Amino acid sequence: MTRAVAMATASGLGAQVAWRLLALAAVVALVLWTGLDEQISPYWEDILYLTRQHVVLVAASGGAAILAGIPIGVWLSRPGMARHAETVMQVFNIGTTIPTLAVIALSMTLLGIGFAPAFFGLFVASLLPIVRNTYTGLLAVPAHLKEAATGMGMTPRQILWRVELPNALYVIFSGVRTALAINVGTTPLAFLIGGGGLGELIFTGIDLMDTGMLLAGAVPTAMLAVLVDFAMAQAQLTLVPKGVNPLR
Amino acid sequence: MIQLEDLTKTFGAANRLVVAADRINMTVPSGEICVLLGPSGCGKTTTLKMVNRLVRPTSGRILINGEDTSGLDDIALRRQIGYVIQQIGLFPNMTVEENICVVPRMLGWDAGRAKARAAELIDLVGLDPHQFLRRYPKELSGGQQQRIGVIRALAADPPVMLMDEPFGAIDPINREIIQNEFLKMQAELKKTIMFVSHDIDEAVKMADKIAIFRGGRIEQYDTPDRILARPANDFVANFVGADRTLKRLRLIDARQVAQDAPALPAETAPQEAARLALAAGAPVVVVVDAARRPVGYVPAEALAGARGTLSGLAQPMPVTMPAQCDLRAVVSEMFTHDMRWLACTDAEGRFAGIVTQRAVTAALSEAAPAVAAQ
Amino acid sequence: MELIWFAVGNRDAIAGMALEHITIVGVAVGLAILTGVPLGIAITQNRRIADVVLYAASIIVTVPSIALFGLMIPILSTIGHGIGWLPAVIAILLYSQLPIVRNTYTAITNVDPALREAARGMGMTPLQRMWRVELPIAVPVIMAGVRTAVVMNIGVAAIAAYIGAGGLGVLISRGISQTDPRQLIIGALAVSLLAIVADRALYRVQKLLTPAGL
Repeated sequence: MTRAVAMATASGLGAQVAWRLLALAAVVALVLWTGLDEQISPYWEDILYLTRQHVVLVAASGGAAILAGIPIGVWLSRPGMARHAETVMQVFNIGTTIPTLAVIALSMTLLGIGFAPAFFGLFVASLLPIVRNTYTGLLAVPAHLKEAATGMGMTPRQILWRVELPNALYVIFSGVRTALAINVGTTPLAFLIGGGGLGELIFTGIDLMDTGMLLAGAVPTAMLAVLVDFAMAQAQLTLVPKGVNPLR
Repeated sequence: MIQLEDLTKTFGAANRLVVAADRINMTVPSGEICVLLGPSGCGKTTTLKMVNRLVRPTSGRILINGEDTSGLDDIALRRQIGYVIQQIGLFPNMTVEENICVVPRMLGWDAGRAKARAAELIDLVGLDPHQFLRRYPKELSGGQQQRIGVIRALAADPPVMLMDEPFGAIDPINREIIQNEFLKMQAELKKTIMFVSHDIDEAVKMADKIAIFRGGRIEQYDTPDRILARPANDFVANFVGADRTLKRLRLIDARQVAQDAPALPAETAPQEAARLALAAGAPVVVVVDAARRPVGYVPAEALAGARGTLSGLAQPMPVTMPAQCDLRAVVSEMFTHDMRWLACTDAEGRFAGIVTQRAVTAALSEAAPAVAAQ
Repeated sequence: MELIWFAVGNRDAIAGMALEHITIVGVAVGLAILTGVPLGIAITQNRRIADVVLYAASIIVTVPSIALFGLMIPILSTIGHGIGWLPAVIAILLYSQLPIVRNTYTAITNVDPALREAARGMGMTPLQRMWRVELPIAVPVIMAGVRTAVVMNIGVAAIAAYIGAGGLGVLISRGISQTDPRQLIIGALAVSLLAIVADRALYRVQKLLTPAGL
């Protein structure tokens, strides 16, 4: 790549960051300007408490989905699984079309109410995109890279760790980002099955037609979701190495 | 040295057996390039890949430097063989330096030694280490990537290299340049190389020996000159092309067929020049300056009965060629200038003899040495 | 077994809710096509504006649906529609912009420049090029965006039951609040089935709309 192209990419990168920060600043400004902060302030204690619950749910279920989803995706992509992998992926693809409210509701019929069914429902909803992207990302690694690695005398384990996973990393990361977006978007529903979180303020606010309470739940929920996506976008930009990152 | 003994590969079940390689026997002597040549599906790539066991032989033996490789496990075997493929296969997630260091590090070299080796190699192919070692493959041109692909295979200094159409994806101009660079490197490194190609011109240029494949068998295994001069059968003759005699021009240097001719200062008398030309059997005398650089010529028949000095008779020299260039270039210049002979020069530009059309045709019609016993 | 009896016994009510559900999603995505496709075409004229529009659309999608409803209730209350079908339709309309605008935009910007040049070389006007070359090639991709929007928003519409929009989500919400597994499971299955069927059906449409030569 020529220097000029490299610089153009670098400035594009800077512009992306700038846009995201600008959007975030705009949201904060809007909240202050409309006086929302005054309506929300009586619920400050609740917001802090429920936000912590909310974040714990997201982190636990999202983290578990990453820890389980990537190994499952790797396992499905191994040559020995080739015969069954496509069937499994078809089932997974149907699974991703199932609405998250249905996933949460079905989780309740299995596990009752409380943290466990909320955790499990969120875990399942975020697992599918991670498995799917890990699987397709690994299969998309060009055959000639694997041939070169084999010809050089790498062991299958070395090929996985040093060639396949790094080259699939961007796609895997996209899956994780999608998964966390689904997860954060679904977490408010956890309240419905006794899982807590900011959904409590939103749903109760709707029931009581209490605008302040409603917004005390909705605004932090929305901001948290935008923030998580923003953080994931930044992470994808910086953590995926330059040689295999189309954004850099 | 690589020896293949009755090497066979069959695919499929017994009722639908496909024989990809059928009892291949060949020896690639140490330090030589052997090109496996043939149409697609002829078994050349299968044969190559059996050497590093990317394809597992059905039967037969492979010996490297006299040692039967079946005793080695796949991983150990592959780490001591350099491997270059057409798609290059540089790892996009690694820098150029990391790519080159992969095999040395797997062999247990320490990081410092591996990096020093990478810098040394990248310098060898004329790329600036400071500029290129930290780059990623996507920041290189196709030709640069291919050079890195070759030196990555050379990194751990393997005695044997396998190259599967290594220059096939490069545009013709850069291919020529990289081929020349590679030959220059090979002249120093003296690796034992198996090289798959489907391009007869590339094979003639690169090979010490060519193996022509068809249907999983070797049709002919010989030096490029003998393959062109004496194709073993119609298939080989067709494959190398109707212009095979012209292709041989590339294999002969001008100095191999150059003959002497009188090289005289301009003040020489014509009678003296005529006497010398007759004695040398030369069709011309060449007029040279004080540094023996050819500046003009006088045809022998113009000397008879002439007076004065050669300077009055000489015609300017239209073109000269370096003596180490091949006959194809010499003949091309002869046709361009409508000459029946051409003057050659040495590295300092001094006159080094003439090549005549007659000498060229004699060299081509001369029977190639008989096929050596294998 | 009990589930089947429940479903059969309440088939009219369930069918009514399904119809409500389909109507909300259908109307909202229909409106989204009418706004999103022209918007997607318009922003092909300017890269910078395109970036801004697509970025705004992607932020909207990030906002969880129940939070979006919550944000809209105070605003729509001023015209007396804080809850009900209107916020649901508006939310779905907003959510659908990203897949529809983005797919329209990328499909048109990805039309082979050689094709565009050939069309210009034949003497087509810019409008003719749009109608006869660029849009026909873009239609399957736009349709894929519509499909994404429909599947995603069947889920959103289910959640809209909590703001009184009706639809199959009512079964789920009642099932949860009355701890009645029959309603809950039938509701969850029905809404999942609806999403899966819509996905398959729109996939067929997408294939049908793909010109034979592509």
